[in-house]
Amino acid sequence: MSILIDENTRLMVQGLTGREGTFHALRCMEYGTNLVAGVTPGRGGTTWEEKVPVFNTVNDAVSETDANAALIFVPAAFAADAILEATDAGIPLIACITEGIPVMEMVRVVKYLEDKSSRLIGPNCPGLISPVSKCKIGIMPGNIHTPGRVGVISRSGTLTYEAVNQLTALGIGQSTCVGIGGDPLVGTSFVDLLQLFQEDSETDAVVLIGEIGGTKEQEAADFIQHNFTKPVIGLVVGTTAPPGRRMGHAGAIITGSAARADEKVKALMDAGVHIVPSPAEIGSTAKKALG
Amino acid sequence: MKVHEYQAKSILSDFGIPVPKSGIATTKEEAHKISEELGGNVVIKAQIHAGGRGLAGGIKVVNSSKEAEAVAQDLLGSRLVTHQTGPEGSPVSCLLVEEPAQIAKEYYIAVIVDSGTRCPVIMASEAGGMEIEEVAATTPEKILRSNVDTTIGLQPFQCRNIAYGLNLPPELIRPAASLIANLYRLFETKDCSLTEINPLAVTSDGQLLALDAKLNFDDDALSRHADIQSLRDSDQEDPLEVQASEFGISYVKLDGDVGCMVNGAGLAMATMDSISMADAMPANFLDVGGGATEEQVAQAFRRLLSDPQVKRILVNVFGGILRCDVAARGIVAAAQETEAKVPIVVRMLGTNADEGKDILNESGLEITMVNDLNEAAVMIRQAASAS
Repeated sequence: MSILIDENTRLMVQGLTGREGTFHALRCMEYGTNLVAGVTPGRGGTTWEEKVPVFNTVNDAVSETDANAALIFVPAAFAADAILEATDAGIPLIACITEGIPVMEMVRVVKYLEDKSSRLIGPNCPGLISPVSKCKIGIMPGNIHTPGRVGVISRSGTLTYEAVNQLTALGIGQSTCVGIGGDPLVGTSFVDLLQLFQEDSETDAVVLIGEIGGTKEQEAADFIQHNFTKPVIGLVVGTTAPPGRRMGHAGAIITGSAARADEKVKALMDAGVHIVPSPAEIGSTAKKALG
Repeated sequence: MKVHEYQAKSILSDFGIPVPKSGIATTKEEAHKISEELGGNVVIKAQIHAGGRGLAGGIKVVNSSKEAEAVAQDLLGSRLVTHQTGPEGSPVSCLLVEEPAQIAKEYYIAVIVDSGTRCPVIMASEAGGMEIEEVAATTPEKILRSNVDTTIGLQPFQCRNIAYGLNLPPELIRPAASLIANLYRLFETKDCSLTEINPLAVTSDGQLLALDAKLNFDDDALSRHADIQSLRDSDQEDPLEVQASEFGISYVKLDGDVGCMVNGAGLAMATMDSISMADAMPANFLDVGGGATEEQVAQAFRRLLSDPQVKRILVNVFGGILRCDVAARGIVAAAQETEAKVPIVVRMLGTNADEGKDILNESGLEITMVNDLNEAAVMIRQAASAS
């Protein structure tokens, strides 16, 4: 088993006909994802790459194809609207890759999502992949993943690939890997995913990759201490980042002591997490922790 | 994006928030004239984006327009060094010349988006004038917080609760509540990431007055606020960072001597951490971004090569959307035109990594290829002892 996605996932891509949408949707299909629909307003009735029907609205796509997951490549100015449209149509899982959505728009989006049945991954994230189910909803290179029993959660994109690559190199396969996104406001937290991994009988351990900024790692530490029974391997990057300077991600900025890497490492360590001593040792720390 | 205090106060004033009478001086003559109009006794405040100006001598009270002129002459054209600017300081090209206030009491009031509660929050405190982080650390009970539900917006009762919570005199409850409502309206209308009045003064004649203000704007929303964009003062930013941002590259100057270029913010931070674990220090944070082109990579690499502080370079590319061959071509283009002499260590992995390595190997450039972050750290250490 995996979390969030599996063999029954029927993917719809919003912004499918754009350059990025097309490039990545093809790679998702190559990996094994069942891509059933695309949505681009004005392109309804056409067929993308001679393979997949394109619809004008998410409602049309859902009623015609029973799509149950959305992947969003819409430009930042229209991405919040795309998330809301997918939510309104009742799509259970929405992954938004788009970077640069204004934070006040995300405030309204997460508020709207509160009492809805949809789960949002991202925005500004690489998406998610389940090597076990051969399902990829995102932009990560599929070939570095291998099926297995370790879950991966991260705030970053390429650093997640680094972690997965190290795991795969040591023969440690993954159940599901999720990038939650680098923005201050994201739909799904470390805690939400830890909860799902706790309940997933086919995940034995979790690699959690945090970074400076906010208090998401402390919240994860608190949950791990009280509610999580599987081993967790944790890395927090940004030890060398100076306070007050945004390190690329809008969320990666040290605004108070809790946002610092050392505070986060301490919280995770106190919760019994196996701390990765340097970014080169993600795989080896996991190997040791798994015994 | 940050703006100057005078710009922030002008926006506050547009939103009905009382600020001191003032003028802007870019010459000593202007400082003289404004000071004269305001009655001679004025506060002169150097306009830079960093905090800590008072301790650094950037805020002076003068008693005559002649004195104002002398202070203006000293400050204008100088670089002010505060604990927030770094040793090179920030250039002072204009002064806020302001009527002094008779302060009875100082308060703190701000609006931010709290990523924990995932909504805007009004923060207020009776401990005005102090750094709010310090208040939060030492006496957190002195900070009032009120979350805004954006479906219905900030409500009048919330503003009243804060005003009463600050123990303001009865006659100031309504003006304070309206000030808070206006501050939130500003935050929302202009897509701020921070609106802060510190201190908000109650003057000895019983008026509310915003004595200092800080407004930061959400970079991701600037495209819909041309008026705010026009307030940008690039002179207050690192010229290399400004140039980089024009090319869509995320770059932050740091103190070390290892230039690094990485794709992705998280991996860039991880690379910086690896460098420091090899007893070296990164000269910068540099994320070329997900979908970088050959030209963007070349621009990024030129940044590193043109930084005199950079004595060695570490490139870490995990090809995904950015293909390694594209990155390699960018590196070669930039390195060949500048005849780079610094040692370069490259780690490439992922999409088209072999093609990328071939391009680098065939370029004739002296590049050490490594396979993982450990090796990269070892090579960077060796490059240090060799230079």
